[in-house]
Amino acid sequence: MTAHATTDHDRSPPPAATGRQLFATMALIRAFETSVAALYRDGDIPGFVHTSLGQEAVAAGVCAALAPDDYLSTTHRGHGHCLAKGVDVDGMMAELFARADGLCGGKGGSMHVADPTRGVLGANAIVGASMPLAVGAGLSSKLLGQGRVAVAFFGEGAVNQGAFHEALNLAAIWDLPVLFVCENNLYAEFTDSRRMARVPSVAERTRAYGVDASVVDGNDVEAVQHTALDAAARCRDGRGPVLVEAETYRWHGHYEGDAQPYKPEQESTAWREQDPLVLQGRHLVEQGNATQDELDAIGTQATDRVEAAIVRARALPPPEPEEAFAHVFGD
Amino acid sequence: MSSATDAPPATTRYMDALNAGMAAAMAEDERVIVIGIDVGPGGGIFTVTKGLHERFGPDRVIDTPISEMGYVGAAVGAAMTGLRPIVEIMFMDFVGVCLDPILNQAAKLRYMTAGALEIPVVFRTQTGAGRSAGAQHSQSLEAWFAHVPGLKVVMPATVTDAHDLLLASVRDPNPVMFIENRRLYAMRGELGVQPLELGRARVARAGDDVTVVTWGQSLRECLGAADAGPASLEVIDLRSLVPLDMDTVIASVRRTGRLLIVHEAVQDFGAGAEIAARVADELFDELRTPVRRLGTPAVPMPFSPELERSLLPATNTIAAAAQALKEEG
Repeated sequence: MTAHATTDHDRSPPPAATGRQLFATMALIRAFETSVAALYRDGDIPGFVHTSLGQEAVAAGVCAALAPDDYLSTTHRGHGHCLAKGVDVDGMMAELFARADGLCGGKGGSMHVADPTRGVLGANAIVGASMPLAVGAGLSSKLLGQGRVAVAFFGEGAVNQGAFHEALNLAAIWDLPVLFVCENNLYAEFTDSRRMARVPSVAERTRAYGVDASVVDGNDVEAVQHTALDAAARCRDGRGPVLVEAETYRWHGHYEGDAQPYKPEQESTAWREQDPLVLQGRHLVEQGNATQDELDAIGTQATDRVEAAIVRARALPPPEPEEAFAHVFGD
Repeated sequence: MSSATDAPPATTRYMDALNAGMAAAMAEDERVIVIGIDVGPGGGIFTVTKGLHERFGPDRVIDTPISEMGYVGAAVGAAMTGLRPIVEIMFMDFVGVCLDPILNQAAKLRYMTAGALEIPVVFRTQTGAGRSAGAQHSQSLEAWFAHVPGLKVVMPATVTDAHDLLLASVRDPNPVMFIENRRLYAMRGELGVQPLELGRARVARAGDDVTVVTWGQSLRECLGAADAGPASLEVIDLRSLVPLDMDTVIASVRRTGRLLIVHEAVQDFGAGAEIAARVADELFDELRTPVRRLGTPAVPMPFSPELERSLLPATNTIAAAAQALKEEG
């Protein structure tokens, strides 16, 4: 399989985001997820909700390495990835509220947020499904000369699905520009993933397919960005797929309302001390790149932005009944 | 339609018509690719993709590992991002290992994104009992897919439809399950000249006594039954289950007052039940007899040729069922 020449536009990688920008992206995700958890608890948001609290650095760091039109395919825990990729906060919140004006007209919801104008091919409610789809996006990119990288986010729980192995192998044999990003948060739904495979290292399993893999501290946003920039550059250069295993931790349950009786308290506490926002904030202050007041202001700005989206979403109407019948087929 | 250079000779095999349909689709649109197991230099295990690799090259006719979940899912992802894949699932029975990309991704992503994503993909597969292929290589599972909103389900029964419906399926902006029958591959027939839209049934044989609705390979058996007489059968080839052309069916049954539905798939919970229910809804007062169905009994397909033959609807059993309907009222 040969790559076609890039035809559409300049494919130079984006400039590295500053530490403050990364902090701001994480603050937005934190504010969004915190609000969504509360809204869900209060019954304001229907359906199922899975938050990414504690994992903000992976979304912010990886997406900072992507161009606006790079493809992204993600999971049921995808709010952070979408926000970091630039999906509109108002549209997302309205979608979670199941409003007609939501990003998907109120027909997708939390687990199916998508915005192709931002390259976001969708959150996905089937564990492992993001990966074959991203391979297909990588195939389009290569054969049509789009020059886009296709990113698949998934958890370590998806690594025991056949979809992981099949997608990785296909991307490898076809040298596709696919960036596999595993958020290893140690728990596959309720179950400790370390007990679910003899080789729990996702990177090690990946290398068996001839694919380069690196492990990064998933709570260190600058480290994630650095690793993702390298990986995305390899993809852009036509050197085939890369996997990044980001070690992180899921603060909340598998879904909102899961009390997590299966997690040792000591473990949860230790990981919460590795709060990616606190770590990055401390780093910025120590480097003299921000003051605590400035960081607090960024946090307040994020909260206000999300609050405005909530106020807006509450006021919007639900879809009209006939909308249930639209978009089953295209003409 | 295809250019002159793509047109096969006047008397063409069903398999060659499929091949020509793919070639025509690839010639008219550079985004069309063929992807699947052995479809490349090998030409496919039934030789349906023969010559495409040589003509269109390895970037557009792509061999895959035996990895259906991966490559079918990738085809769906490719369809979302600019390509128009024709993806081959070698035997319909193998959908068990790649159902998610069809059921949960291709069928639903347009809807779940309020039309923001388009999934123009054709899942080409084939079925066909009657060759002792055993229970894991003989199933007609079209009803599964017709039951999933968002998928079109096409089953060509003639040589010209093999070509025309395949081309129409590739041009369609929706995911299409395109189900061939391997017992038809060597069948010869004429190619038509008109492009064909999906969702139009065809009256394959006009008649007065009993309407026989069928699709896929069973059409041949039904036409054989019509030839056998003595009842005058009006045989309707549905061509596709989704879209379902009930207008043609209703118009015919309104005239004959009798309906027999014939399909190779297992009768229980099959597509025939849906058609029977719709006709009963619409024509309850005009039916002269109850609607009857003739499908395969609800058993896994046995290996033994004798047992297999005993289960499949055939010309003689169809003719007998039609005659019984005529005598019933």
